[in-house]
Amino acid sequence: MSTSEWPLWEVFVRSRRGLSHTHAGSLHAPDAEMALRNARDLYTRRNEGVSIWVVPSAAVTASSPDERDPFFAPSADKPYRHPTFYEIPEGVRHL
Amino acid sequence: MVAMTQDAAAGQAPDPALVAAFDAAVAADERVEPRDWMPAEYRASLVRQMAQHAHSEIIGMQPEANWITRAPSLRRKAILMAKVQDEAGHGLYLYSAAETLGTSRDELLDKLHAGKQKYSSIFNYPTLTWADVGAIGWLVDGAAITNQVPLCRCSYGPYARAMVRICKEESFHQRQGYELLLALSQGTEAQHAMAQDAVDRWWWPSLMMFGPPDDESAHSAQSMAWRIKRHSNDELRQRFVDIAVPQAEALGLTLPDPDLKWNEERGHHDFGTIDWSEFWEVLKGNGPCNEQRIGQRRRAHEEGAWVRDAAAEYARKHGEAKA
Repeated sequence: MSTSEWPLWEVFVRSRRGLSHTHAGSLHAPDAEMALRNARDLYTRRNEGVSIWVVPSAAVTASSPDERDPFFAPSADKPYRHPTFYEIPEGVRHL
Repeated sequence: MVAMTQDAAAGQAPDPALVAAFDAAVAADERVEPRDWMPAEYRASLVRQMAQHAHSEIIGMQPEANWITRAPSLRRKAILMAKVQDEAGHGLYLYSAAETLGTSRDELLDKLHAGKQKYSSIFNYPTLTWADVGAIGWLVDGAAITNQVPLCRCSYGPYARAMVRICKEESFHQRQGYELLLALSQGTEAQHAMAQDAVDRWWWPSLMMFGPPDDESAHSAQSMAWRIKRHSNDELRQRFVDIAVPQAEALGLTLPDPDLKWNEERGHHDFGTIDWSEFWEVLKGNGPCNEQRIGQRRRAHEEGAWVRDAAAEYARKHGEAKA
């Protein structure tokens, strides 16, 4: 009997050239090579991808999930970073 | 992603601010994500439902795989293999999603093998003829889709995302079944009779797939309040009947219910009374194939142990070589 479960991997799939890899899901595999093969069978059965990344889930460092997390506070009060913040006279074009 | 279990310990009241934030998120139709705080009962209810769903997908491979070697053409055989492979994939999406709640894959499989977690009763019926493959695709997958489409908006993010993938793929399952039945129905007299017999046997069990009537359903009300579930069992069952009736007509087959008729006033089809005693018997383990299904699952798991061990050992040796 297996003494412990295979590690968990996060799978990222590039759906076509020109797009970035996006998270598709996760799976268990004993090593990176098997994780890639399993990811192909599990997440690209219908031509969903042209490239796959697998990353050990344990290697992911995440921010806190709290929406009121002060971690993101510096960006919340700076609307002047968005183009819509500025008033431009009507009729001015290409701006 | 790995869950962080921050739920209050049993018997200890959770922080009211956390409860309020959770309730507000659910009420605002936002998604709950793995690392969010959630009530212990919400987590337990999701694990129960997702585990049962995942188990159903992989047990559901058996009745159909039964016909792969006897498919009548290469075309049908390739289709059936792709479908059974999809069911394995659906099981894996759901196990992954369930794991985000902090339960391990091994734990879920152990509970299935020990009979401590259930799978859909529908898979305890036998597939007696080739036409059953068609009836399963059309009726069983059709009922599953009716149940699953609203789950794409389930309040738990990972479950909802898994369901989006599954629903996209299920549509092929239902259409291949319908096409298969149509070919039989328009075939020889014997083929037509075989298709009719399959529909006669699968119709009522398919209606039971929506679960007991609303007033007898143990988890429904709470699941609806948590927005895990969006519609009641009876509402979904009615939706399925209304969809299936014209589809049966187009197939040239009948549905085995003398009370089935259009009710102009309700704008729905009326249908006969479901034999719930049969449902409860199958659920209790007394269906035609309960023992066979779980026995085969256990055997497959035990007989595959050496493959898992070998892969782990290979990974260990190569990891050592690299280090």
